[in-house]
Formats: sequence, structure tokens, C-alpha cells
Amino acid sequence: MNKLAWFYFPACLAWRQLIFDRSKLVAAICGVLFACVLVFMQLGFKDSLYASAASAPVKLNGDLFLMHKQSEAMWRPIQFKRSELMRVLGNPAVAEVYPLYLGLAPFKNIQTQVKRTLMVYGFDPDSLIFNIDEIKSKQVELRLKDTVLFDEYSRPEFGPVRQLLEADQNVTEINDYKVNIVGLFRMGVSFAADGNVITSDLNFMRIFPRRDSSDIDMGVIKLHPGASAKQVEAELKSQLNEFVNIFTYEELLKYEKDYWANTAPIGFIFGFGTVMGWVVGLVIVYQILFTDIANHRNEFATLKAMGYEHSYFIRLVFASAFFLAVLGFIPGYLLSVGLYHLAESQMYMPMPMLLSKIITVFMFILSMCVMAGLLAIRKLKDANPADMF
Amino acid sequence: MSTVIDVEHLDFSFGSGALTQPVLKDITLSIHKGEIVLITGPSGSGKTTFLTIIGGLRQAFHGSVKVLDQQFINSSEPVKVKIRQQIGYIFQQHNLLKSLTALQNVSMTLEMGNTLTEQQRRDRSAEMLIAVGLGDRLDYKPGQLSGGQLQRVSIARALVGQPKIILADEPTASLDKQSGYEAVSLLKQLAKESQTTILLVTHDYRILDIADRVVELEDGVIKKV
Ligand SMILES: Nc1ncnc2c1ncn2[C@@H]1O[C@H](COP(=O)(O)OP(=O)(O)OP(=O)(O)O)[C@@H](O)[C@H]1O
Ligand SMILES: [Mg+2]
Repeated sequence: MNKLAWFYFPACLAWRQLIFDRSKLVAAICGVLFACVLVFMQLGFKDSLYASAASAPVKLNGDLFLMHKQSEAMWRPIQFKRSELMRVLGNPAVAEVYPLYLGLAPFKNIQTQVKRTLMVYGFDPDSLIFNIDEIKSKQVELRLKDTVLFDEYSRPEFGPVRQLLEADQNVTEINDYKVNIVGLFRMGVSFAADGNVITSDLNFMRIFPRRDSSDIDMGVIKLHPGASAKQVEAELKSQLNEFVNIFTYEELLKYEKDYWANTAPIGFIFGFGTVMGWVVGLVIVYQILFTDIANHRNEFATLKAMGYEHSYFIRLVFASAFFLAVLGFIPGYLLSVGLYHLAESQMYMPMPMLLSKIITVFMFILSMCVMAGLLAIRKLKDANPADMF
Repeated sequence: MSTVIDVEHLDFSFGSGALTQPVLKDITLSIHKGEIVLITGPSGSGKTTFLTIIGGLRQAFHGSVKVLDQQFINSSEPVKVKIRQQIGYIFQQHNLLKSLTALQNVSMTLEMGNTLTEQQRRDRSAEMLIAVGLGDRLDYKPGQLSGGQLQRVSIARALVGQPKIILADEPTASLDKQSGYEAVSLLKQLAKESQTTILLVTHDYRILDIADRVVELEDGVIKKV
């Protein structure tokens, strides 16, 4: 028997039996579609939230980054001595180093006076460690006393800052310290901070009077052109104290994302949602395959009497599972594309439909259907040809 | 003349231990090529049980059952599957696949062997359906056919693979007198052309005349006729 027929014949019969009962087929497709959309949305939200979690490090302009070993993520840093960063300058490949100060502080809504916590970044305004044009163009203003820039992508609870600035209402309080908002920039919120503010290192010390400029939260290192970040990283690793971590740009992004994926419960929540989608889909597909086998018991027993082997029916069940996976996936995919667009336009969340995600979800749905098939084939044992007479 | 079915001293019982219920007792019967044998007998006498053993659908352990020179007593599943493929079955109910057309149902027999092309399978199946008088019903599904037509489709399905043996259990039970007789005569005519052996269980005394030989079972024992 040739290879094609080995699968073609049972697949053919499976297909004919599937399309024979249209209403059952529609129910089955809806089940797979449901699981498919659920998984697409879980993965979409997860990736989107991870991406936003790393929105701050993404905008950092540096080749290597220093953080304290105990800093789990940028939003909850442990300080280390500025002198540790300065030691890096001993490496000939290092061009410049800049400290970055981070702190969470309450920001007073100019309109409502309600205070809400946001992230304050303090940096040397002469450095270009933020890859954001609005920040680069405000170097002069940032050097003044008590000036800050406000992140336009902060949550609306902080007030309509753009309109307020246009109406010359630019004075507010951060950490109960009076500041002037001298401009806007765009960075994006994360799980940790609902909003962001950028200020100079000197102003940062004014907002946080208990902080000392010799205790820094992060060190940004720029290398001479042509130097290999990986190689310099390896060299510095052996020279630096062991209480600091050194990252390349990519490693920093990964470190931030991994924190949200593993340390924080968010990764678990989305993982759980995805698994639940899988399980619900599995139960639906299993139920459909199972009753299908039960309904065709006599037909299968007849075919067995005619000389069909048991394995033919196993192939038939898996073919049905495969068809259900494909038939459910296609509308599920189309619906998800629509929902992704909706999320992007309504919730301002970046939700790209990447090929890798499409493949992942399809494999997921396929595995779900195959698993349902595996569970359902036990039912084939009920088809006993001796009962047919 | 060669023997296709050779049964010697077959004993068979259902259940085990104290609940053992003997159904077939010391059956000896041989049927040769092209013969048409009818089995009759009262209800519960073991006719169906005998047929399922001959068809390799039920495992027997005592005596000797040789079908197409293959011993069925204590045989393995693959051995029986191989013999089953050379046997055509006609059931009391037609047992056609309701999602397939008449033509596709008949083709199911040919798909097993896989020695023919798609076109050859279609042609052979269509020919067979024409032979049973259903040339104009090729693409009808079982739901759209009458009882007599369904039984004729299942006759076509049994015969299309050119089996060496046809086993039929009360094929006329669900048909009226006229269509029952027609179906069986058709079966006889087509079988005679190809020298196919037929073993047919029936209660229906009106069709006894198609037989070369009638065997009567009573309480699991063959009554000499
Ligand atoms: N699967 C089974 N398990 C246990 N006993 C069975 C089973 N099938 C049949 N029997 C018993 O075996 C005996 C013979 O049954 P069988 O079906 O062979 O009779 P039959 O001659 O075909 O009867 P009928 O003419 O009514 O179809 C009966 O007493 C029946 O109760
Ligand atoms: Mg019976």
C-alpha cells in the first residue's frame, strides 16, 4: 500500500463524515475558534505588555549598562556607588559613562490635586542617553532649576498636561516639591509606573532630598565606535565588583522582560489563561470526536468486518482532528486580526500579528486537537464487528 | 471440487465457569467452491454465532475451522483481517455509511486493496451498481434510498471486491416478500457467474429454493437433512 493512500483514504472518509453533519461541524469549528481566539488574545496582550514594560530601556542610548545585582528590574533599583561606574573609564574602549537616577514619587494632578505615583528619571542633560528627540531638544531648559519633562503617554489620571501647558498652567508638585513642566516627550507606561517624568540630575536631588548624587541606580556606558560590546562586557565583568551586573542593550531588554515574565505574577496569569484556552478547546474537540466515534460505531464495525484494520480508524480520527484544527484556526485567525486592530485603536496597545505568533498559535491548536484525538481513540474499541450480525 | 469452508468438531460457548452456555456443539460442515448453502433453524439455535466464527469476527477455541485454507481456531487478528478482506458481508440491516453516496459506499470495498486507480474503482463500483439495477442512483445517499435499494447497494458492496465467499445474515428480514426474493435471486445470479460461495442464514422459507443445500441448526447441532 503506498504512502499517500495510507492517509488519503481515511482522511477522505473523515472529511465526508465531517461535512455530512453541518450543524455538528459548525459547533466543532466554534469550539476550536474559541480556543484559538483566546490563545491569540492572551499571547497578544502578554507580548504587548512585555513590550511596554521594556519601554524605558528601549529608549536608552548606550552600549553597556550597570545595575546592582539586587536590582530585580529598573523600577525597583538598589543603589550603588558612582565610583564603581567611574572605574569603568579605565577600559580603553569606554568613551563616556553617565549615571541615571530613578525614583518613584507622587505627582500632583494640576486640575484635581490628586496625587498619583509615577517614575522620575534623573540624568545629566548634557548626555544623550535618551533616544528621544523631544528630550534632546530641551537640553537648555532641563539645565534650569526645578524643570521637568512630562511623558505624554502617561495615563490620563495625571491630567490633560498638554492642554494645561498650552494654557500656561505648568506648575505642579512631585514628591511635595514644586516643579515646572517645560515640555512633553513620549516614552510609554509600564506595569510599574503609570507615568514618567524626566529631569536633570541636580533637580532629581532636589525632588528627592534624601538621595545622594554619589549613589546611582544605573550606569550608562558608551563605547568608542567600533568596539565590541560583548568583548568589553567580558573584560569589565572580571574587573568590576561582584555586586554589579553588566548588560548589553539586548541583555537589558531581556532582563526587564524576564522580570515581568517570571518574577512578577503577570507571566503566570497569561500562561494560565493560555493553558485554560487549550484545555477548554481540548474538552470541546474531545467531546465532538468522542460522540462522532460513538455515532459511527456501527459504520466502523461494518468496515472492520469488511477487513479494515484498527489503525485505519486511528488515522481517521486524527484526520478529523486535523481538519477541525485547520477549519477552526482560519476563522479564529481572522477574528483575532480584527480584535488586534480593535485593541490597537481603542487601548493604544501595540499588538502586531507576527508570523511567529500565527505559527505558535496554530501549533498550539494542532496539539490541542491531536491530544483530543489521542483521548478519543479509546472509544474505537467499542466498534466490535461481531455485533453487526 | 475444492473446499472453501471446512469445519470439523467445532464447539463454542459464551461465558465462562458456571455461567458457560454452549451454543455450538460438535459442528462438522464443509462447503465447496460455488456452492450456495442456506442455514435455517429456530431462534437462538446459534446461526448468527456460527456465521461470525466463519467470518473471522469471533474467536473460537475448540475444533477446526478452515476458511480459504486458513485455520481460524486460536488465530491472530492480522490473519483474520486478511481473510475478512476476501469475504463479502451482507447484514440484516444494510449498514451502509450514511455520509457516503451509493457509489462511494461500494468503493469502500475496493479502497482496501488499493491496487486500482481512482477511475478503475469508480468504474467497477458503477458497473456493480448497474448490475443490481441502481444505475440511476449512483450519487444518492442512503437517506434517499428505499429499503430494497439499500439492500441491493449492500449486495453490490459485498460483491464488488470479487470475494471468494459471501456471508449473509437474514438479508431479506427488513424487506417485503417481493423485494426480498428479488434481492436474493440477484445475489444468486451474480454469485453463480463468478463461482462465489454463499453461506446465508434465513428464516424466510420463500427463498429456500435458491439453495444448493439447506442446513438446519437446532440447539447448536446440525440436523441431518
Ligand atoms: N454476545 C453474546 N453473549 C452471550 N450470549 C450470546 C451472545 N450472542 C448470542 N448469545 C446467545 O447464544 C445463543 C445463540 O445466539 P445466535 O444469535 O447465534 O442465535 P440465532 O440462531 O442467530 O438466533 P436468531 O434466529 O434469533 O437470530 C442464544 O442463546 C444467545 O442468547
Ligand atoms: Mg441471528
